[in-house]
Amino acid sequence: MEAISKHGWLTWLSDRLGLDPLIALAREKEVPIHRHTIWYYFGGMTLFLFIVQVATGVLLLLYYRPSAETAFESVQFIMTEVSFGWLVRSIHSWSANLMIAMLFVHMFSVYLLKAYRPPRELTWITGVLLFFIVLAFGFSGYLLPWNKLAFFATKVGTEIAGVVPVIGHFLLRFLRGGDEVTGGTLTRFFGFHVAILPALATFVLTVHIWLVQRHGMSVPPSVERQAQNVKTMKFFPNFLLRDAMGWLIALGALAALAALFPWELGEKADPFAPAPAGIKPEWYFLFMFQTLRLLPSHILFIEGEVLGVLAFGLGAVFWLLVPFLDKESVRGERNGLFTLIGVVILLYIAVMTVVGYLS
Amino acid sequence: MNTNQFQHHRRWRAGRSLAKLAATLMFVFSLIFVWSPSAEPTASGTDGSETPSGVNPAPAPALPSEPAMRTESGEKEKKDTCVQCHLEMGDELAAPVTAMQHDIHAQRGLSCADCHGGDPTEEDMDRAMDPRRGFVGRPTPGDIPRFCGKCHSNAEFMKKYNPRLRVDQEAEYFTSIHGKRLVQGDRKVATCISCHGYHGIRAVSDPQAPVYPTNVARTCGRCHANAGYLQSYAIPHDQLEKWQASVHAEALLKKNDLSAPTCNDCHGNHGAVPPGVTSVANVCGACHTRQAELFRKSPHKPAFDEMGLGECLVCHGNHEIHHPSDEMLGTGDEATCVACHSEGEPAYQAAETMRRMIDEMVQELNQAEALVDRAARAGMEVSRAKFELNDAHDKLINARVVVHTFSANELQKVIEPGLETAKKAHQMGVEALNELQFRRKGLAASLVVIFLAVMGLYLKIRQIERPGA
Repeated sequence: MEAISKHGWLTWLSDRLGLDPLIALAREKEVPIHRHTIWYYFGGMTLFLFIVQVATGVLLLLYYRPSAETAFESVQFIMTEVSFGWLVRSIHSWSANLMIAMLFVHMFSVYLLKAYRPPRELTWITGVLLFFIVLAFGFSGYLLPWNKLAFFATKVGTEIAGVVPVIGHFLLRFLRGGDEVTGGTLTRFFGFHVAILPALATFVLTVHIWLVQRHGMSVPPSVERQAQNVKTMKFFPNFLLRDAMGWLIALGALAALAALFPWELGEKADPFAPAPAGIKPEWYFLFMFQTLRLLPSHILFIEGEVLGVLAFGLGAVFWLLVPFLDKESVRGERNGLFTLIGVVILLYIAVMTVVGYLS
Repeated sequence: MNTNQFQHHRRWRAGRSLAKLAATLMFVFSLIFVWSPSAEPTASGTDGSETPSGVNPAPAPALPSEPAMRTESGEKEKKDTCVQCHLEMGDELAAPVTAMQHDIHAQRGLSCADCHGGDPTEEDMDRAMDPRRGFVGRPTPGDIPRFCGKCHSNAEFMKKYNPRLRVDQEAEYFTSIHGKRLVQGDRKVATCISCHGYHGIRAVSDPQAPVYPTNVARTCGRCHANAGYLQSYAIPHDQLEKWQASVHAEALLKKNDLSAPTCNDCHGNHGAVPPGVTSVANVCGACHTRQAELFRKSPHKPAFDEMGLGECLVCHGNHEIHHPSDEMLGTGDEATCVACHSEGEPAYQAAETMRRMIDEMVQELNQAEALVDRAARAGMEVSRAKFELNDAHDKLINARVVVHTFSANELQKVIEPGLETAKKAHQMGVEALNELQFRRKGLAASLVVIFLAVMGLYLKIRQIERPGA
C-alpha cells in the first residue's frame, strides 16, 4: 500500500475525496484462513456476476424496445443484426442464472456457518432482501423477450401471486397491469426490471457491502471453538487476487456458455394461442411451483394452493428473522436444530427441483 | 281440442273437402320417409331393411299448405292417434315412432299424418287410416321422389322452414341416372330414402347423417361397392376402394377437411351422373382454379378436346387421385408425359426441361434447408433464413402449379425468382455456420487470454506469498 500511496495521483485524489479511511480499511482488512475460507469467495462471485448483469443490461437497453409489438422483434434484432448482440444477450441470460446459483451457495453457506450472529444481523437481513430482489429481477426479466414460454410462465406465476389471501387480487392486477397478461404487463415488468429493482438493489447492496466491510468476515463458531488465534491473509492484495482469479474463470465460463449454448429466443408470444404443454418456471422457482402442484386441492377447509403460498410467505419471514430466532448461536453455543433446518431446506429445494424437472 | 279450434276445423273440412284431401296429403311430404319401412336397398332408416321391392303407381301429389301452420299453432298436436296406437302395439309397429326422435321433420313439428295422410285425431283405426281421409300408408320406391317432392319442391312451403333450402332436388333427381332408370321401371336404383334414410332423417349438417360429407362415400358405396347388387348393370364397383386411397379421402376422413371432395362433389347428388369428358375439368377446377385456368390456356386443351380426353384425369386419374409428385413430370418411368409423347418430339424435350428445372429448385431448397437446420441445431438464430425458406417453398408450390401451362418458358419465369430465394436462404445458412465458426474461434482465443490472465494472477499470488517476500 505504501507503494501506492507514494503515487502522486492517489494523494491528489485522497486529498480531495478523503479516501484515507478507505485506504486504511483496505490496508487493515484481513480474511481469516481456515477450512471454510472457500465460502468467502461466493459473495464476491455473486457481486461480480451482478456487475456483469448491469453492464450487459445497459448494452441491451440500447436496442431493446419494451412493447408487445416490438419486444420480440427487437431481441431477435439484437441476436441477429447487432454486432456481438448475441454475445451480450446470451451472457446476460446465462449470467443471471449463474448469479442466482452463486447467491444460493453464498446464502446457504452463510446460514450453515452461522455468519448471521451478532453483530451481523443486518448483514443477513440485507442479504436475504437482496435474494428476494434478485428473484424479482429473474421473474421480471424472463418476460421481456415476449416469447411463448415466458408469456405463459408469467401468466402462471402471476396467477399464483393472485392466490395470496386478502391482497391476492390486488397483487395480480398490480403485477399484470390489468386482469390479463398483456403488452401492459410487459411494459410494467420492464419498468420493474430496469428502474425500480436496480434502484432497490443498489441501495440494499451498498448497505450490505458496507456492513461486510464494517464487521469483517465472520469466523464460524466451530473454527472459533477449536482455535483461539485464527490465521489470516490480507484482503488486499492476497484475497482480492484470488477473487479476481475466480471472476476471470467465471467470465470464461460465461463466454463458453454464450458461444456454445446461445440463449434461445423461442417463438413470439401469442396471447390467443393455447398454452404449450408442460409450462415450467425458471429453475429457481421450480421448487415452489412443484410444491404447489403436489398439494391436494384442499387441506382441511383451506385450499391447498392458498396454504402453500402462505407457507412460503411464512418461510420467507422465518428466513429473514433467523438471526433473532437462533438464540443458542448468538451465545456461541452449538445449535444443531438450525443446522438441521438449513440442511432440510436445502434437500427439500434440491428434491423438489429434480422432481419438477422430471415430472 | 277447444271449441274454437273444433269449429274452425269443421268449417275448414266442410268448406274445402277437396282441399282437405290435398292438405292432408301434403303432410305426407316429409314423413313419406317416416312411416314407411321401405324396400329400397340402401335406406338407412332404423326400422328398414335393404331389400329391393316393387313399385306402385304414385298417388296424386297434394298441395302443401295448412299442415305446417297447423303444427306450428299446435292445433292438432295434442292428439296423435298414430303415435299412440303404434307405440301401444310395440315391436316393429312401434319402431317408426321411436326412430323419429332424431328426425329433422319431427323436430320441426311434423308428424306421421303429414307424410302418410289420414286423420290422427280419430280414435278408430279404420277411420284414422281411411284412404278417403288422405291416408296413403307406405309409399313404394317409385312413389318416393314425388312424395318427398310434394313439399321439398315447393318453394313457398319450404321457406316456412328453411328459406335457404333448395327446392330443385326432385327435378334434378329425374335428370340423374337414378331418376331416369326409375322412370324406366328400374326399382333397384337409389331414391331419396336410399341416401337420406327414413324415420330418423337427419339434417345434412348433422355429422351422423348418412349424407354428411364424411359419410357420403360410404352411403354411395352401399350400392356402388356391392358387386352382387351391381351385377346386372355392368358398371365398376371399385370406386369407393379407389377413392379411399386418394388424397381427397385422406383430406376429408383423416384431416376432417370438409371441403375435400367426396362422391357428390364431382358427380352431383340429386342429379348424380358420371361427369362427362367435357365437364371433368370444370369439376376439378371448382377447387383447383389456377391449375384449371392455366390448363385451359395450354396447348393440351385443344388437343385433348380433339381426342375426347378428360383433361385432368388423363394425368391424375379419377377416383384414386394420389398426391401429385414431381415424378409425374418429365420422361422417367413414372412420368405421365411419356404416355403420349415420345423421344424426339419437342414436347418430350419440354417435359425433360421442366422436370430438370423443378428438380434443380427442389435440390437447392433441400440444401438450404439442411444448412439452416444445422445452424439452428447449433443454437444460431436463423428465423430470417427460415422466413426465406418458407418463401422459397411457396415459390416451388407455385412452380408446380405453373407446370399446368406445359411451357418451359412460363415455368422458367417462376423458377428463377424461386431459385434466387432458395439461394438467399442457402447463403444465410452458410453465413450462420461461418458465424458459428467465428464464435468458436473467438471463444477459443478469449479462453486462452483468460487462462493466461488466471495463470498470471496465480503466479503473482505465489510471488507475494513466497516466504520472506
